[in-house]
Amino acid sequence: MTPEPTPSQTVGPFFHDALLGEDRSELVPPHHPRAMRIEGTVYDGAGDPVPDAMVEIWQANEAGRYTDPTDDRENPLHDPETFSGFGRSGTDAGGRFSFLTVKPGPVPGHEGTLQAPHIMVSVFARGLLKHLVTRIYFPDERESNARDPVLSSIEDPEFRTTLVADDEGGVLRFDVHLQGDNQTAFFEL
Amino acid sequence: MGEQGSDRIFDARQEAQPPYLYSDYVATRLRAPKKPLMILPRTLSNTTGPAFGHGAVGELDNDLTRQHEGEPLGERIIVTGRVTDGYGRPIRNSLIEIWQANSAGRYIHKNDRHPAPLDPNFSGAGRCLTDDEGRYRFVTIKPGAYPWKNHDNAWRPAHIHLSLFGEAFRSRLITQMYFPGDPLFEHDPIFQSVRDEKARRRMISTFDLETTQPEWALGYRFDIVLEGRNATPMENHR
Repeated sequence: MTPEPTPSQTVGPFFHDALLGEDRSELVPPHHPRAMRIEGTVYDGAGDPVPDAMVEIWQANEAGRYTDPTDDRENPLHDPETFSGFGRSGTDAGGRFSFLTVKPGPVPGHEGTLQAPHIMVSVFARGLLKHLVTRIYFPDERESNARDPVLSSIEDPEFRTTLVADDEGGVLRFDVHLQGDNQTAFFEL
Repeated sequence: MGEQGSDRIFDARQEAQPPYLYSDYVATRLRAPKKPLMILPRTLSNTTGPAFGHGAVGELDNDLTRQHEGEPLGERIIVTGRVTDGYGRPIRNSLIEIWQANSAGRYIHKNDRHPAPLDPNFSGAGRCLTDDEGRYRFVTIKPGAYPWKNHDNAWRPAHIHLSLFGEAFRSRLITQMYFPGDPLFEHDPIFQSVRDEKARRRMISTFDLETTQPEWALGYRFDIVLEGRNATPMENHR
């Protein structure tokens, strides 16, 4: 008999000690020459900040290479000891999360396409029975964003724009709207 | 893309999962997305995923009864099982993080206001890596049921939260493990949010005499099945 998948359940409100006991929000040290801050707020359908969410990111390194043995392309690989590509941040009382990382390089898409630089995002919270998956794209990549197969599969330009971060004086802002007219685009798990 | 999304409503793989909006669980009402989910093609972005080496886990991190000077109060239990993909292949060296209430049904968390005692010898958080067969093992205390504010006289069945990474971004899973025969199942909207009865049963551990250690601790078995890196058997049958 084929094993059937285990269902997802909400992370609930009490995960902080177990999942956020170690700070994993800085993927690079603050003195890294190309360190980049990404900040955002998670909002619910009433427009209120979500103070008990957790955001995780997964990304390639600056050369577009994932720190994973199955990404065996010959691009230069950061020492996996220093760049894991994974980050985790809780939201504070104001619903805010924050990461310090570097901008990833472009990575291959399906069927020989190239994807614009992007960061994979998972959002967990009380009230989310399954986590939500979205992507952060970069505002200074207009041309490669226009060619990106995932971004361009979203027909509504306003909906598409929810995946592109805003440059606020060197800090990238990426807000997550779980619900409502300005809801962020989410992907099937 | 929205239309392709609705074609997949009948996907058995999705059927096992709860919906985002389940009104009986009140917190979903303002947090569930309402716009259709987009399809994400399978690329390196979701078939790769983070790995956590042995450095991430301390030797005693999987024993929640030995994190303090004294022993916690309550019924000592062993929770063990295998983590596999949809083909039954073991998921090796994969991080599992758990958290739970103490035996009185109280979490160490500033927002838990349930008037049940905290246990100075129990923090309720642990982690471990799966071995080469995909097996994991925790020693802990059976958690108590606890009240919550979802509806009048609402109580959560006893459960342990588990967070798993598996081998890829798309394998990520956070779930809850329940205990067999709990009378609260039928009253709990979080458990009931999984509409398929067989799928609900996959969240309930089984008492296991083989795991049980004489004069010491009851054993419970809980196997976990994650999405693999690539296609699952069920997807092949589409």
